[in-house]
Amino acid sequence: MADVPIDIAYTARLARIALTEEESTRFAAQFERLFGFIRELQALDVDRVSPTAQVVPLANVLRDDEEKPCLSQEAALANAPEREGPYFKAPRILE
Amino acid sequence: MSTFESVIGLEVHVELSTRSKMFCGCRNQFGAEPNTHVCPVCLGMPGSLPVINRRAVEYLCKTGMALGCDVAPHSKFDRKNYFYPDMPKNYQISQYDMPLTSGGAVTLSSGKRVRLNRIHLEEDTGKNIHEGGRMTEAAATLVDFNRAGVPLMEIVSEPEIATPQEAEEYLGALKAVLSFIGVSDVKMHEGSLRCDANVSVRPVGASELGTKTEIKNMNSFKAVGAALASEIARQIALAQDGQRIVQETRGWDDARGTTYSMRSKEQAHDYRYFPDPDLVPLSLDAATLAAWKSELPELPAQRRERFVSQYGLPDYDAGVLTENRADADYFEAAASASGDPKRVSNWLMGDVRKALETHDLTLTTTKMRPEQLAALIRMVAAGEITGKSAKTVCDTMVAEGGDPQAIVAAQGLGQVSDASVIGGIVDRVLSANQDSVAAYRSGKSKALEFIVGQVMRESRGKANVDVVKALLKERLG
Amino acid sequence: MSDNGKLTVPGAPTGHALRDAIAAKQRTAEEITRDALSAIERLEPQLRAYITMLPDRAIAKARDVDRRIARGEQVGSLAGIPTAVKDIFCVRDAVTTAGSKILERFVAPYSATVVEKLDAADAIIVGKTNMDEFAMGSSCENSAFFPTHNPWDTTRVPGGSSGGSASTVGSGAVALALGTDTGGSIREPASFCNIVGVKPTYGRVSRYGMIAFASSLDQAGPMTTDVRDAADLLEAIAGWDPMDSTSVDVPVPRYADALRTDLSSVRLGIVREFEESIAGDAAMAQLYKAAYADLAALGATFVDVSLPHAKYGLATYYLIAPAECSSNLARYDGVRYGLRKNGSGDVFSMFEQTRAAGFGPEVKRRIILGTYALCSGYYDAYYVRAQKVRTLMKQDFDAAFAACDAIACPAVSCPPFPLGAKSQDPVAMYLMDYFTIPMSLAGIPALSVPAGYVNDLPVGLQICAPIFEEARMLGIAHAYEQATQHARRRTPAAAATA
Repeated sequence: MADVPIDIAYTARLARIALTEEESTRFAAQFERLFGFIRELQALDVDRVSPTAQVVPLANVLRDDEEKPCLSQEAALANAPEREGPYFKAPRILE
Repeated sequence: MSTFESVIGLEVHVELSTRSKMFCGCRNQFGAEPNTHVCPVCLGMPGSLPVINRRAVEYLCKTGMALGCDVAPHSKFDRKNYFYPDMPKNYQISQYDMPLTSGGAVTLSSGKRVRLNRIHLEEDTGKNIHEGGRMTEAAATLVDFNRAGVPLMEIVSEPEIATPQEAEEYLGALKAVLSFIGVSDVKMHEGSLRCDANVSVRPVGASELGTKTEIKNMNSFKAVGAALASEIARQIALAQDGQRIVQETRGWDDARGTTYSMRSKEQAHDYRYFPDPDLVPLSLDAATLAAWKSELPELPAQRRERFVSQYGLPDYDAGVLTENRADADYFEAAASASGDPKRVSNWLMGDVRKALETHDLTLTTTKMRPEQLAALIRMVAAGEITGKSAKTVCDTMVAEGGDPQAIVAAQGLGQVSDASVIGGIVDRVLSANQDSVAAYRSGKSKALEFIVGQVMRESRGKANVDVVKALLKERLG
Repeated sequence: MSDNGKLTVPGAPTGHALRDAIAAKQRTAEEITRDALSAIERLEPQLRAYITMLPDRAIAKARDVDRRIARGEQVGSLAGIPTAVKDIFCVRDAVTTAGSKILERFVAPYSATVVEKLDAADAIIVGKTNMDEFAMGSSCENSAFFPTHNPWDTTRVPGGSSGGSASTVGSGAVALALGTDTGGSIREPASFCNIVGVKPTYGRVSRYGMIAFASSLDQAGPMTTDVRDAADLLEAIAGWDPMDSTSVDVPVPRYADALRTDLSSVRLGIVREFEESIAGDAAMAQLYKAAYADLAALGATFVDVSLPHAKYGLATYYLIAPAECSSNLARYDGVRYGLRKNGSGDVFSMFEQTRAAGFGPEVKRRIILGTYALCSGYYDAYYVRAQKVRTLMKQDFDAAFAACDAIACPAVSCPPFPLGAKSQDPVAMYLMDYFTIPMSLAGIPALSVPAGYVNDLPVGLQICAPIFEEARMLGIAHAYEQATQHARRRTPAAAATA
């Protein structure tokens, strides 16, 4: 197994993607080279640098509290993979 | 007696009563047909972006200022990442390390101050309905996204609440403030106010906190009190038995009166908070904050003090009448229309409250206007109707509205003071109740009360009771 | 019509030429549109530039434009010009896929702001172009559906992620297209397909309705036959949008007014680190040297500048972009729209199976990487640190622009490569973005303009400028383009078979 710090199985679970064993192994190998570059970042002295909060500094972008036209119920549900009457339908929550 | 004490912290989520949602222009309305107040933004459709609702920020800042919090000069929104079917984006836009306010306190009616940790702004999720009943039996999940994106204020207290009773007081005091500044309709039964509790126990006098559990699913202030009491008892029993208390989330089962473990098979969430790159920070300037502060109305505590000092109400009455803004405003309107605040207060706390309960109304939803209540009170004082008739009129006004004079006329409830009319009724009653007359003459004063009652009954409550008594005195000696 | 596998529409007009023809009543919008649609149809079997064609919408719009012109009404600045849009932009009532199976049948209920602006400008949207899935890729080979081919050599990639847009404009079938650029996804395919591609300043163009990959980097931009068209298209789509909190309220100039023909008194920065890097490839180095000479001949003077942190661009970008995308792509869960694949009966296993089936390997890789970079315990070491290095890279550009008006540098490290050549090695693919990533991280505007050929294959020159100086940047590119005419010149090989 490649020497990368990521626990791929755990991360895939967090990201809600079912990875196969093969994918996990392949990704680990593919990440290895990228981590070579990423490790170089660790060497930089960034103690006195602030992280870029925004690329173009803006603040206080707010909108008035006004009602705007929204989607009709049909338009909202039109792409639903499964629906029941006016609701989106999904499998049960508990395993 | 228990040698343990409980330590309670409350997290209260309040839905703000803005016209539109937190990050989009959809209508913010409870109880609508499912999925009719939704748009690409609050449905998390591809390509959609959030834009902050200014009024939500204003409402939170006003809440913070009313509770003595520090409003942060710089604040931002972060993404809280987790998957759930009622989450349109599978991340919630919230605030993590730079909340809009910090500090502040809620003052209980006892005078105790419970300090706040923070108040922050976030968006609500959609609503899951478990098809087939409870989550554990459900066959499927039905989702309504009308609520997704509604602005939510999260108020976190320090763990300074000592008892379940104090917890209920805290909620009442908080609700009053929120209702007074008008930022939420604070209806727990509609979900616009929700409460989670953190509770632990420790030996009395200890300084370290015990292991806490989080309690969810309490749907009323009373349920909060009951749930806390139950959980505290459970924890104390475990502690006394030398057993460990597991840190976990527990739900309140109102029907069974116990808490139950909600520990899922999932590990603790890693929310992976990071600043939302679709939004820019807030930098509220002093002028804006000052303007908002100047718009704050009189708060419950100040109003209560004024009701005592200006209107001479007893503390208790003043407290009840300032539980929410609508009631306090109603009282003042009626008091100023009638000129007799004490009487108004008595009516509101007594017969009006009873009538409201009977008809499942509030002072906001009733058709009876404050001036009409004042008019009714004046009619009683002027002897135009009896107290008993007034109750009937009140009930009608509360249920249907209308002017008291019109109702009295329509129902023929005008008080009768004409001695000759009453005299006739008195004579009939006396002749029909000879044994009571005899009893009275032999010293049983209760018999007189009975006779008076009969006269009132005969007159269908309309007889002026003073005149009745005077006539009886005359007849019976 | 092909020579050496090069597929173009002979004498393909620019957008502004078409506009002039319509204004002079020489041609109608409908004729022009039908021509474009048939050119596309003819070339599609070899180019595969489109995911979805919108002929009915296009013809209806063209007829509407013609009707209004006939009535003497004012029409928009792009009236009658066929335009392709990358399938990353929501077009109302049209299938919008972002190149992914997970959105294969998603019909957008609304249009992106830039699409509404195109409609308002009376451009004729003809179809949705192919792209690397969720804009993740540099060759268009990560599309879930099929790869697009380079019109200059159909065995080669058109670049990515805006490969379809680049290919269809490069072929001459349409003059205008919209693409998106996050780390180079407009500039690199523009270079590969011998067209002009512009990445505007971050915040110049609205992102509303543009399917998000990396929110702090994504920008929509023009991909066109020439700089003049890019200027006009940029003007039409730029501007503050109340629906996008990150869009900036800065006036949109008439970019066409800035199109100059000489570069006297223009100071161009040449980046030391980039020149060192390109020196490794003799042919490429020679091409760029010639480009700089051409710029000098126009009157530009050169200044040595340094971007000392450019070498950290790859690592910085491949932490920030995946982190943001891991969160942006969480919404694709099979509940409200898109693909659904059931699992073992509960909703979480449905999420896991849906996303496993709906996302391609590159998307999965970046989501995993990004999720990891945000995890508690790693957030400071990876995501925050990368954002700090990003600040250093911005500061590099600020210092450079103190000494020059704009920077000229390579857009790519190589000419278009063959299909399949790099698709097995993700990092080899990531290195394609070496010259373009720093500008994205800094948020500054940058473009690629045709600069000649290496082995008969197109190569573009990159020009970038300080934030909101698109006019300056387009002006320089225009002067260079007019003087060199690289896009129009046939390659020696093609000339030999003429």
